[in-house]
Amino acid sequence: MTDASLGSTPRGLDAIRDSYMAQVHRRRLYGGLALLIFVVLMASGFNIADDRNAGGFWSGLHQIGDYPADVLSEAWEKRAELPGLIVKFFPALVETVNIAAVSTLIGAIGGLFLSLLGTRGLAKWPRLIPLFRRISDMMRAVPEIVIALVLIFVLGGGPVPAMIAIAIHTAGALGKMFSEVAENADLKPVEGLASTGATWSQRMLLGVLPQVAPNYVSYALLRFEINIRASAILGFVGAGGLGYELRNSMAWGPGRFDEAAAIFILLFGTIVFFDQLSSRYRNRLTEGQGQ
Amino acid sequence: MLRIETLTKRFGDKTAVDAANIAVERPTMIGIIGRSGAGKSTLLRMLNRLSDATEGTITFEGEEVSSLRGAAKRDWQSRCAMIFQQFNLVPRMDVVSNVLHGTLNKRSTMATMFNLYPQADIHRAIEILDRLGIAEQAPKRAEALSGGQQQRVAIARALMQDPKIILADEPIASLDPMNAQVVMQSLRTIHEEDGRMVIANLHTLDTARRYCDRVIGMRDGRIVFDGTPAQLTTGAARDIYGAGADFSEDATSTQIETLDRPEVRKAKALV
Repeated sequence: MTDASLGSTPRGLDAIRDSYMAQVHRRRLYGGLALLIFVVLMASGFNIADDRNAGGFWSGLHQIGDYPADVLSEAWEKRAELPGLIVKFFPALVETVNIAAVSTLIGAIGGLFLSLLGTRGLAKWPRLIPLFRRISDMMRAVPEIVIALVLIFVLGGGPVPAMIAIAIHTAGALGKMFSEVAENADLKPVEGLASTGATWSQRMLLGVLPQVAPNYVSYALLRFEINIRASAILGFVGAGGLGYELRNSMAWGPGRFDEAAAIFILLFGTIVFFDQLSSRYRNRLTEGQGQ
Repeated sequence: MLRIETLTKRFGDKTAVDAANIAVERPTMIGIIGRSGAGKSTLLRMLNRLSDATEGTITFEGEEVSSLRGAAKRDWQSRCAMIFQQFNLVPRMDVVSNVLHGTLNKRSTMATMFNLYPQADIHRAIEILDRLGIAEQAPKRAEALSGGQQQRVAIARALMQDPKIILADEPIASLDPMNAQVVMQSLRTIHEEDGRMVIANLHTLDTARRYCDRVIGMRDGRIVFDGTPAQLTTGAARDIYGAGADFSEDATSTQIETLDRPEVRKAKALV
């Protein structure tokens, strides 16, 4: 047992030291080169982008605060009307949250199937794994707003196209996250269930889902927060909800900035609320019931 | 040198360490024994300031270390190295880097990020590894080493800190008897040659007897024994472990020689 011997190894301590130093130098060289390339690319890229900018970065920089300042000052002047406006826009907020909730639910179900069918060791048809993976890649590669624009053109404006658009993106994104969790699942229970003659869906339902459920719910809640923001944005292109109202009040310019401020407050409050709610539940799910 | 006074740690309504008093005048090799859950680990973690004491003070060379904060606390931690049962190395980094982590207290985050350790430190790290007999493993990843080798890397990291005190929390509990002997012998050598204080949590009596100058016994958070190995009679050991008359010292042994004796097998079966 060589590893139990204690004491000096005169054989080649210098050699060990030299070869390690060479290794360190090589690593430092690579690290330094990578850093240099990064800095050069960042600097040159910034200059190219700045040249192509219509306004110019440095000349516009000091104006960044102008618009928020306008909104804030006008909202402050009309602060007495804010509570009324918040009540007025509350139904639009409910619509936005509804779009997000339904699309998260449908997207999570879609993502669940995509992930189980696209994970090695779990897939029902192992040969089709690349197919399901590419499907989920495509679903999350296309931005929600593009799908929404197409659907609004076909189906007309309203919450349904927005919901479908977000659900498609959610299914792709959650399919990826879910399958990463499923890859780490223990396969022994699945094998045990297979030995009793269980079908694929029974094996997934009883052997895999109980293991991955806390992580899945945690990811779905995170996705719900993202979808609230997404559905507010989609209002801008005519999907209804809070974003639609926000676009109207912003596009009208000065005079309706109090409405814009009220909508910002609602959106901000909602996102903080759901963020707090979901982080509490996620903590409980990942750390167990005792916490 | 080291003075611990009425040191207490409570978790909720449970008292893990109950008013511990220990005074050490000169660098000594101290073994703390007791059943699991007796509060040995909590005591060591409080000494290193990994966790805060509920009550009581720790004084080292006239400086009260139990109330240090921020940079002063990290400075104390660098002078008071810790070795863990599960080695607690960074598995994906090479052995020398793991040893160099012992100097982190003196390095800035930027220098650490770009792996800019001084050449002298790298040479010293390899010398320490050589002293522990694992210099050949220097460029390997820590996770590629056996348990005994990993624990020696952890000891090398501790030595790199050039500490006054080395705390070892069950250093051999997850090693086989051969490697356990090597690790304990390394700790003993470090104590004798460098004059560093070593405080080790051990759960076997014979290891404490064999390697330590002083043995402290803990039971349910209280210190119930403090003396030389010679004073540790079978009766005192029974007290520490809360065992009955059928308790035999060999029953807690991990020594190879004793394992083969039939009466030990019988005693182990009883425990």
